[in-house]
Amino acid sequence: MLPVSHYIYLSLALFIIGVIGVLTRRNVIIILMSIELILNAVNINLMAFSRMWGSVDGQIFAIFIITDAAAEAAVGLGIIIAFFRNRPTVLADEMDLLKW
Amino acid sequence: MNAVLPFFLDHIWLIPMFPLAGAALMFFIGRRLSNAAASAICVGSVGVSFVFALGAFFQLLGMPEGQRVAEKILFEWVPAGPYHMTSGSVTSFVADWGFLLDPLSAVMILVVTGVGLLIHIYSTGYMANEGGFYRFFGYLNLFMFSMLMLVLANNLLLLFVGWEGVGTCSYLLIGFWFKKKAASDAGKKAFIVNRVGDAGFLLGIFLTSALLGTIRFTEIGPALVTAHIAIGAPLITAIALLFFWGATGKSAQIPLYVWLPDAMEGPTPVSALIHAATMVTAGVYMVTRSNAIFQLSPLAMSVVAIVGAATAIFAASIGVVQNDIKKVLAYSTISQLGYMFLGCGVGAFTAGIFHLMTHAFFKGLLFLAAGSVIHAMSGEQDMTKMGALAKKIPTTYRTMLVATLAIAGIPPLAGFFSKDEILEKAFERSPALWVVGWITAGMTAFYMFRLLFMTFHGESHVDHDVEHHIHESPSAMTIPLTILAVLSIIGGWIGIGGRFEKFLEPVTASMGAPEIAAEAGKAPALLLMAASVLLALGGIWLAWMLYIKRTDLAAAVRRNAGALYDLVAHKYYIDEIYDAMFLNRSKDLGSSLGMFDAKIIDGLGVNGAAWLTRAISLVSMWWDTWIVDGSVRLGAFLVELASFPIRLIQDGEMQEYMLIIVIGLIGFLGYTVYLLHWMR
Repeated sequence: MLPVSHYIYLSLALFIIGVIGVLTRRNVIIILMSIELILNAVNINLMAFSRMWGSVDGQIFAIFIITDAAAEAAVGLGIIIAFFRNRPTVLADEMDLLKW
Repeated sequence: MNAVLPFFLDHIWLIPMFPLAGAALMFFIGRRLSNAAASAICVGSVGVSFVFALGAFFQLLGMPEGQRVAEKILFEWVPAGPYHMTSGSVTSFVADWGFLLDPLSAVMILVVTGVGLLIHIYSTGYMANEGGFYRFFGYLNLFMFSMLMLVLANNLLLLFVGWEGVGTCSYLLIGFWFKKKAASDAGKKAFIVNRVGDAGFLLGIFLTSALLGTIRFTEIGPALVTAHIAIGAPLITAIALLFFWGATGKSAQIPLYVWLPDAMEGPTPVSALIHAATMVTAGVYMVTRSNAIFQLSPLAMSVVAIVGAATAIFAASIGVVQNDIKKVLAYSTISQLGYMFLGCGVGAFTAGIFHLMTHAFFKGLLFLAAGSVIHAMSGEQDMTKMGALAKKIPTTYRTMLVATLAIAGIPPLAGFFSKDEILEKAFERSPALWVVGWITAGMTAFYMFRLLFMTFHGESHVDHDVEHHIHESPSAMTIPLTILAVLSIIGGWIGIGGRFEKFLEPVTASMGAPEIAAEAGKAPALLLMAASVLLALGGIWLAWMLYIKRTDLAAAVRRNAGALYDLVAHKYYIDEIYDAMFLNRSKDLGSSLGMFDAKIIDGLGVNGAAWLTRAISLVSMWWDTWIVDGSVRLGAFLVELASFPIRLIQDGEMQEYMLIIVIGLIGFLGYTVYLLHWMR
C-alpha cells in the first residue's frame, strides 16, 4: 500500500499543471480544462486522506466537487458561446472589457 | 291667528311656489321641451297662482271687516341671537319664512298674477319666433315668484329677498337679447342703479330692527306705539328716508330713474310686466306697507311728495319730445310712478295703491299694444316712421285708444278715478303740489295723444317694404289686449264712493301709528275734477292741432323753442351729467387704483420681494456651488487620487488576476509554513 505522500505528490503535480495551464494558455476552453485539472487534484487529495483516516467524509466531498465541476463546465461553456456570438474570439487576453 | 284658516288663506304660501316650480322646470328641462309645452307649463303655473290668489282674495273678503289679516309662518328663517336695540334693551332678531295676506297684499297679488297671466299669454304670441323661448318663460316665471314673495312677505327681510329677486329677473330680461350690446348694457345699468337704491333700503331695514326690535309688518305698528316714538323723531325720519331711497331705485324716481328708459331694450312683454305693471311699483308698495313709519315723519312725507311731483312733471316733459314709442311709454311710466309717490307723500296711500292698480291695467295695455304695433311693423319703434295704422291693425288701435283715454284721465275710464283721487288729496295738503300734478296731467294727455296720432293717424310714413308685412297680431296677443282694455275701462269703478279706500283702510290706518291730522279742509272735489278733465281735453286738442291738423306747426314750435327743445330732447343731459359725476369718477378711481396696484403692489411689493429673493438666492447658490458642492467634490477627488494605483491592477486581463491569486496563495502558504516550522 502506497503511503499517503505519493498521492499528495500526484495531487500537487496535477495542481501545478492546472495552474500553469490557467496562467499560460490563451484559449478560454483550455483554461476551463485546466481548472478541471485543479479540481481533480483536489479530489485526489480528498480521497487520499479519506483512505488514510478511514472516513467517507472526503469521498462525499469529492462527489460534490465532481457535480460542481460538471455544472461549472456547462455554465462556463454557455458563457463562452454567448460571448463568442458577440465577439468572435475565445482568447482570454482579448476579453478585457471589464476594467476600470 | 290661531283660528283655523280657510283653505286658500292657509295656502297663500303656495301662490309664489307655482311659478317657482315652472321656472325650475324651464331651467332644468326647458331646452328639451317644445315651445307649446313650455308655454303651457309657464302660463299654467301663473294661471294656478291667479286662481289661488282669487280664492284667497274672496276668502279674505269673507272675513269680518277690520280683521282681514291672514299670516302663515312656515318656519323661522334667520333666528339670529339677541342684540341691543338703540333704546338699550335686549331683543332677539327673528326673520321668518312667513306670508302675510291683508287687503294691501291681496290687491297686489291680484294685480301681479292677473296682469302677469295676461302678459304671459301675450308673450306666447309675441315671442313665438324668438330664440330662447324656454329661457324667456323661465325668467318670467322666476320674476313672478320673486314679485309674489315681495308682496306676500310678512317681514322686511323676506320682502328684500323678493326685492332683489325682481331686480335680478329684471336684469336677466332686459338683457334677454344679450348679443345686442345696447341690451346687455341696459341690463347692467338697471342692475347697478337699482343696487344704489337697494343699499339704502338695506340700511333702513337694519335701522328698523335696531330701533323697533322687529321687522315683522304686523309688529312694527305696535312697536312704534310701545316705543313712544315722537312725531318727527330723527331716527324714524332716517328710516323713512332710507326706505324711500330704496324706493327711488326700484320705482325709478329722481334721482335714480335713469335705468328705466334704457330698460326698454328688453322684449316688450317684459317692459309691460316688469317695467310698467309690477316691479317698478314695488317701491310704492313698500312705502305703503311701511306707512306707519312714514306717517311719523312729516319731513319724509314731504320729501316723498315733492320727489314724486318733481319726477312726474320732469319725466312727462321728456316724454313730450321722444320719438321712440317705447321710450315715450317709459317716461310716462316714470311720471305715473311719480303720481303714486305724490299720493303716498300727501298721506293718500290708498290713492297711491289705487293708481298703482289702474296704472298696471292701462300701462300694461299700452306696452302690450305698443308691442303689437312693433310686431306689425317688423320691429320698427320710431314713431316718425309710422302713421295711419288705425285701419290696418284695428284691434290694437281700439285697445290702445282705450288705454290712452284712461291714462289721460278721461271719465269714466280707470285713470280718471285714481289720478283724480291723488290730485284731490294733493290739493288738501298743498295747492302747489296740486298745480304740478295738474300740469303733468295735461302733459300726459298731450304726449299720449301725440303718440296715438303719430302712430295710428295722419299720413303714413311707413317704409315701403315694411308696408306689405303690416298685419294684425295673433289672438294670443289680441285677447289679453281686449281683457286689459275692459279692465282699463271698469277698473276705476271700484273706487267710486271710497269703497277701495275703505277696503285698504285697515292697512293704512290701523297699524297703531297716530295719523297726522289733515291740515286743510275738504278740497273742492268737483271743481278740481272739472279742471283736470278740461286740461286733459286741452292736451288732447293741442296734440290734435299739432300732429293732425297743422303738422307744420309742430316743426315750427320745435324750431322756435331752440335751446329749450334741445335740452328736453337730450333728456336734460342727465345721463351725461351722471356719466361725468359718477361713472367717469368711478372709472378714474378704478384706473388710479389700477395704477396703485401696478406700481406699488405689483412693482414695489411683488417685484421687490422677487428681486430680494433672487439676490438672496444668488448668494445661496454661490455658497452651494463652491462650499457645499466643493467639499463633496474635494472628497471625491481625494478618493479618486488615492485609488489610482490600485485601479491599475484591474486591467481586464483575467489571467493576470489569476496570477495575483496564485501569488497570494503561495505567499499565504509560505507564511503558514514559516509559522509552523521556523517559529516553533
